Amino acid sequence: MNLTLKVWRQKDSKSPGRIETYAAKNIPESASFLEMLDIVNEDIMHAGGEPIMFESDCREGICGTCSMVINGYAHGGQRGTTVCQLHMRHFKDGDELTIEPWRAAAFPVVRDLVVNRSGLDRIIQSGGYVSVRTGSAVDGNALPVPKKNSDLAMDAAQCIGCGACVAACKNGSAMLFLSAKVGHLGLLPQGQPERHRRVLNMVRQHDQEGFGNCTNQYECEAVCPKEISSTFITRLNRDYAVASARELLGAV
Amino acid sequence: MSTPDFRNVSPLAAPPTRDAATANGALDGKTPQGPLAGAWDRYRAEVQLINPANKRKYQVIVVGSGLAGGAAAATLSELGYQVSCFCYQDSPRRAHSIAAQGGINAAKNYQNDGDSIFRLFYDTIKGGDFRSREANVYRLAQVSRDIIDQCVAQGVPFAREYGGQLANRSFGGAQVSRTFYARGQTGQQLLLGAYSALSKQIATGGVKMFSHCEMQDLIVIDGHAKGIVTRDLFTGEIQTHMAHAVVLATGGYGNVFYLSTNARGCNVTATWRAHRRGAFFANPCYTQIHPTCIPVGGDYQSKLTLMSESLRNDGRVWAPAKKGDKRAPQDIPESERDYYLERKYPSYGNLAPRDISSRAAKEACDDGRGVGDHGLGVYLDFADSIKRLGEPLIRERYGNLFDMYEKITGENAYQRPMRIFPAVHYTMGGLWVDYNLMSNLPGLHVIGEANFSDHGANRLGASALMQGLADGYFVLPYTIGVYLASEGGKKLPKADHPEAAAVREASTGRLQKMLAINGKRTPGEFHRELGLLMWDKCGMARNRDGLQHALQRIPQLREEFWQNLRVPGEAGNLNHALDHANRVSDYLEFAETMCFDALHREESCGGHFREEYQTEDGEAMRDDDNYAYVAAWEHKGADAQPYLHKEPLEFKEVHLAVRSYK
Ligand SMILES: Cc1cc2nc3c(=O)[nH]c(=O)nc-3n(C[C@H](O)[C@H](O)[C@H](O)COP(=O)(O)OP(=O)(O)OC[C@H]3O[C@@H](n4cnc5c(N)ncnc54)[C@H](O)[C@@H]3O)c2cc1C
Ligand code: FES
Repeated sequence: MNLTLKVWRQKDSKSPGRIETYAAKNIPESASFLEMLDIVNEDIMHAGGEPIMFESDCREGICGTCSMVINGYAHGGQRGTTVCQLHMRHFKDGDELTIEPWRAAAFPVVRDLVVNRSGLDRIIQSGGYVSVRTGSAVDGNALPVPKKNSDLAMDAAQCIGCGACVAACKNGSAMLFLSAKVGHLGLLPQGQPERHRRVLNMVRQHDQEGFGNCTNQYECEAVCPKEISSTFITRLNRDYAVASARELLGAV
Repeated sequence: MSTPDFRNVSPLAAPPTRDAATANGALDGKTPQGPLAGAWDRYRAEVQLINPANKRKYQVIVVGSGLAGGAAAATLSELGYQVSCFCYQDSPRRAHSIAAQGGINAAKNYQNDGDSIFRLFYDTIKGGDFRSREANVYRLAQVSRDIIDQCVAQGVPFAREYGGQLANRSFGGAQVSRTFYARGQTGQQLLLGAYSALSKQIATGGVKMFSHCEMQDLIVIDGHAKGIVTRDLFTGEIQTHMAHAVVLATGGYGNVFYLSTNARGCNVTATWRAHRRGAFFANPCYTQIHPTCIPVGGDYQSKLTLMSESLRNDGRVWAPAKKGDKRAPQDIPESERDYYLERKYPSYGNLAPRDISSRAAKEACDDGRGVGDHGLGVYLDFADSIKRLGEPLIRERYGNLFDMYEKITGENAYQRPMRIFPAVHYTMGGLWVDYNLMSNLPGLHVIGEANFSDHGANRLGASALMQGLADGYFVLPYTIGVYLASEGGKKLPKADHPEAAAVREASTGRLQKMLAINGKRTPGEFHRELGLLMWDKCGMARNRDGLQHALQRIPQLREEFWQNLRVPGEAGNLNHALDHANRVSDYLEFAETMCFDALHREESCGGHFREEYQTEDGEAMRDDDNYAYVAAWEHKGADAQPYLHKEPLEFKEVHLAVRSYK
């Protein structure tokens, strides 16, 4: 099939960007979206141009590297799908596609479709862990966890940290990302000792990074490739309220 | 400015060899004396410790943030060392370990099914076709139990039974259930555990993290590894980092085949450049072809996708019994199906080890019984399990894998069998290390998939995650102290040391040279051509003629690369084409050493199948009299053949035996 691509090109974070048009020719239906871009990039290079920079690594929906907005949808709008898992059979010959980077105050553009997501790492550094020194753990089965909690924790822990939730949110909030980590650890006995401090620190870091507030629109949930539920945000709000109250009482 | 070397090596008759005894004593595995059981405990009791106040004075570089590197960086920092950690992705959480699906082994014996440290040790040695070092493997089996405890404590949400206890599944090559898992995302959850520990140490300042930063070269001063040169992939900036010791945890080299289940960025650059600076490369020809991957669709394809081996617990593998049978699978009656694994290996059946299962699939396809458009596929059929267990249970066990399959192929595997074909998946070879996980270059340590140490000629499923975490959490943090203690009062050379400056200049020069060629072919085109050649001549089956052909072709391709490469743009900012070209340039050198190794090893063992050495019914024929050694290659510079060192393998606890899964 043949398609027309309108792609955001931006040389670096300081230069202004613009949309440029490219023809994607003879694209096999069974190719993935990123393979389609590979083909276009080979054509661009042969014609003497610089390829469109976009990030990807695992190309199977687990590393969270790939990130782009297609026709207004983060990851292209297929349910539970990263853009690297999106296949061309979902498009039609003659389609026109607009491809842009994640847009958010906290994600400066590095080049073309590549943005800097290090703010998400710093949120985790502020508290997204259980403090346990290597070698100091008790036997794994000494700590039984009800299957239900463990399964729910896993639902949250699946987050791949891609940042689509931020890109889809009109406020540029990373609440779904944050709530997934807080939910995962908060549901497990291992996460209890640091539970309150964790949520306070992570929310503060989130705000400091320039991510916006959550106003309960839940666009994030709709684009999340791992279909992480917004109920984790509700859970986070509860945790945050409790932790804040305890902090006032000096009990965190 | 240094120019890259073109090693125009003619196909070799017999490589020059020296064995360990005569090789300046260089290849001493330093395995502890005495019985294996207890050897690691004795080692730890006797090893020289560095006092906590002094640890702070040591800088350690860890290249890689996967299971091995992430675990090591976090643990070394907890111990008090000053750590710098590097990864090429934009976050340490994205290291390729994230993609592991199936699980991690540990000799916990929670199922009370007769597992033990010895049994895991034995399975691993046998699975590796008796080509690994006993002492390392024993230690691996021993610390496997600590790994599970550590990960549970970090909050890794392993699968659980209703009673709240940890669940297990069985995996290829084992007759006990010792595999721990977190749905189909075990690697992700283990990596996020290590990443969280690493993040904590980054926050304390104990680890300086350098993301999107690729190692270009190793700095060796007075024979010791003392630093690295890196390139920031976002800004193009070249940097020099000095340290008392360097740890490489940079993963495997499967992408030498272009198509593999590895992530796009996986590379041999770090280990290969260290090799060029003196580190020996061991057993590069041992590569693992995974039996259950989605078949190749077309020549635009950028990677292959693994379908976890755990599927073989409930799926039955078959091919049509008749050649060229093009009927739809549901139209082929039971009597005209060949469940070839169950037929050939009745005691392991569909759970036969990977090398054996892969070869059996190839055999069926070579015989004209392959399925799919290109005839390069066999069926993995769940119909019986669905009948027996019901679709909901199958969905619970493998739902995400079935979804993944449908996304890629557009086919529903609940209704028709999956089509699968073997694909390059893992590399057992890697930089040579001793029991301390230190290479022959003092100060250079290598952990995880990047070293050669524990899997011999074939790795068992769910054992790479185990090895990465064993090395990173529980082995290296002790063994690195041996080197650092001996370095004691020595001063750390500065970044402007002439050696360091020369390495830095060489790195810059190499990139500039690639940009200046301005030829016609893109890095991707060279990579694909090399990959096809390697798959054809040094893939699932190898023979002398094919390898000699490859050894002629690779130098030509390399020469063409340096004359006809096209890389647009500059080195001073984000430039993916340049990153790719840089990696391909190393594959073009490494591939040759891989073929030398495959050619010289005139036997079949594990993932290395030489067509000339097989039994009448097509099983691998090992030659223990002549090849029970580790082949460690030394780089001899431009236009020279690599030099073969041998580390003889001694088996004290297990008897060398023909590996049978019948
Ligand atoms: C699809 C798939 C499924 C798998 N499933 C399983 C499984 O179920 N069970 C199992 O046991 N094993 C499995 N494996 C194998 C296992 O995942 C890997 O062998 C293991 O995770 C490797 O870990 P590592 O830490 O050694 O390297 P990696 O996780 O590959 O990490 C390498 C690190 O090095 C960095 N790096 C690489 N090159 C450079 C450079 N030049 N400069 C700077 N940094 C660099 C990377 O950024 C990364 O941080 C699977 C592998 C694949 C491909
Ligand atoms: S490239 Fe890894 S999730 Fe898309």
